[in-house]
Amino acid sequence: MNRETTIWTLLFIVGGLSLAYHVQSSERGVGQQFVIPVEIAGRVDAATGVIVPLGAGESTEGEGVIKGVRYDKAGRETSQAVYSLSRTIGVWVAAILTLCVFSYLYRDNPFYKLVESIIVGVSAGYWIVQYGWTVLVSKVLVKLSPDLARYAFLPETPVDAKPEYLYLIPVILGCLIFCRLIPKAAWLGRWPLAFIVGTTAGLKLILFLNADFVRQIRSTILPLVVLSTNASGGSDFDWKQSIQNLVIVVSVLSSLTYFYFSVEHKGWVGRISRVGIWVLMISFGASFALTVMGRITLLTMRLQFLFDDWLGLVRM
Amino acid sequence: MSSSVTILDRLNVLDRRWIFLAMALAVAAPILLGIGSDESPSPPTKRLFDRLEELPEGSRILMAIDFDPNSAAELSPMALAFTRHCCLRRHKIYFVTTWGTGVPLLDATIKTVVQSEFGRGDRPYQYGIDYVNLGFVAGDAVAISQLTSDIRKARSQDMQGTSLDSLPVMNDVVSLQDMQLLITPSAGFPGAKEWVQYAGTPYKIPLAAGCTGVQSTQLFPYYPDQLVGLVTGIRGANEYESMLASKYPVPYAEMSKRPASLRGGPQRWAHRLMISLIVLGNAIHFANRYRRSSHS
Repeated sequence: MNRETTIWTLLFIVGGLSLAYHVQSSERGVGQQFVIPVEIAGRVDAATGVIVPLGAGESTEGEGVIKGVRYDKAGRETSQAVYSLSRTIGVWVAAILTLCVFSYLYRDNPFYKLVESIIVGVSAGYWIVQYGWTVLVSKVLVKLSPDLARYAFLPETPVDAKPEYLYLIPVILGCLIFCRLIPKAAWLGRWPLAFIVGTTAGLKLILFLNADFVRQIRSTILPLVVLSTNASGGSDFDWKQSIQNLVIVVSVLSSLTYFYFSVEHKGWVGRISRVGIWVLMISFGASFALTVMGRITLLTMRLQFLFDDWLGLVRM
Repeated sequence: MSSSVTILDRLNVLDRRWIFLAMALAVAAPILLGIGSDESPSPPTKRLFDRLEELPEGSRILMAIDFDPNSAAELSPMALAFTRHCCLRRHKIYFVTTWGTGVPLLDATIKTVVQSEFGRGDRPYQYGIDYVNLGFVAGDAVAISQLTSDIRKARSQDMQGTSLDSLPVMNDVVSLQDMQLLITPSAGFPGAKEWVQYAGTPYKIPLAAGCTGVQSTQLFPYYPDQLVGLVTGIRGANEYESMLASKYPVPYAEMSKRPASLRGGPQRWAHRLMISLIVLGNAIHFANRYRRSSHS
């Protein structure tokens, strides 16, 4: 065993022992979750069909009142707090999965691979259910057969809704995509793709031209000398805004010059394109710094979860 | 001389796991010690805050929660702060997401703020009257386009399956053009860029965005012409929370209601470590270069 491995093994043993000690000695309990049952009551609004909470002083025993219980997260010390087994299991599973992911920092290992596979599987399942419900049921079935949708899935579907058979076209096009799985009929799968590519390109072109191209050019046409009105009604030179506008204009022009390859980058063109490189480098640096900020926030969130929800070391 | 050489040699082959450990400690220590931070507001954040303050009570605000758990660390505090501010100003809120994985985060935002903090008292926020959950609208950027022309074509029912026509909050609302402001804490595609391209700019609907730090350099060109305000990363969320705390100290000055401010302390210490490591890395690079040149 080399020195590095010995040190890291010792660190893991110390970490494990302190966790075991904390499990034994913690007053909050490790990963133990508590909830307060809150009784809620409401009445169905005849006009909207929505359950509306009862007004102040209204009796919960009245006719048509619907009662239920909501479980709010609470601390162990809170009076009336009850232990929640399902939430406790959830927190322990989440904590163990988090540690499995962190274990990759030490080296690649089977625990990390297991979590990676779980994420892929859960994501795929989630998306299938989400799209199945939102697209196939809420959009397609409701439009093509509102009566069936009302009977089987969505009782709130309006009674007077009529089938809209125009929706058969996207359904057929959607089905044709699966023809790619049949070699002899694979050519049929190109039709929906052609439709998607064509409509997306057309839509995107117009919107991009408007929102990005034209508006961005307009946003870059800025006054280099900005005058602001002072209290006495006269004009003052606004040096701050003027410098800001100058930086924007110079940065845009120099970056564009860097990507202009029809002229050799020599002489003044070369010098301006060099400024463009600096502008690009500064923007890459800013992007990198902001990426680091985002990643640190992710780590912070996971450690907050481990220290608060799981170990109970702090109270957020 | 020999000791400095030994240190340089050690640093050249330093196991990167020591850096991971140092970063873990830099982040963990402020969390354990409860060190948070306040931020003074930047103009893009302040402009959104001021816009929400200026809008008259009962204005219609669309809140598009376009992110998933991957970016919840940065964007969830923003979504909570925006929603709190809308509720404090008694605006009508229309929640929606164009991300399938955004649905649980949308629900969590409603539960944490609207139902728990504003669902009781003299004037409770009532579902269907003061706010509505439109849920997930499939179709990515095209869904935004559809919402802009007719909300009911994109989604005829709310998240619970109630027809939108039967909800009072939807009276006189045909499309996003009937909204006074669109706010989207968003992480990627479809996100703030698509909201600008498909809704804000073509239909001149006031639009504000919250984004992850990674995205901000792509979105800043839209500010201030095409975006009313832009809140960037956890720092932007912290700025917004600090403004809320200063304007509405009870109860928003409490750190428990300020998740972004709580993440500000670890952020500060981790940045200090990063800067030290960058300086150290450069020092090692120049020391190696000096050593090679002096040997040759």
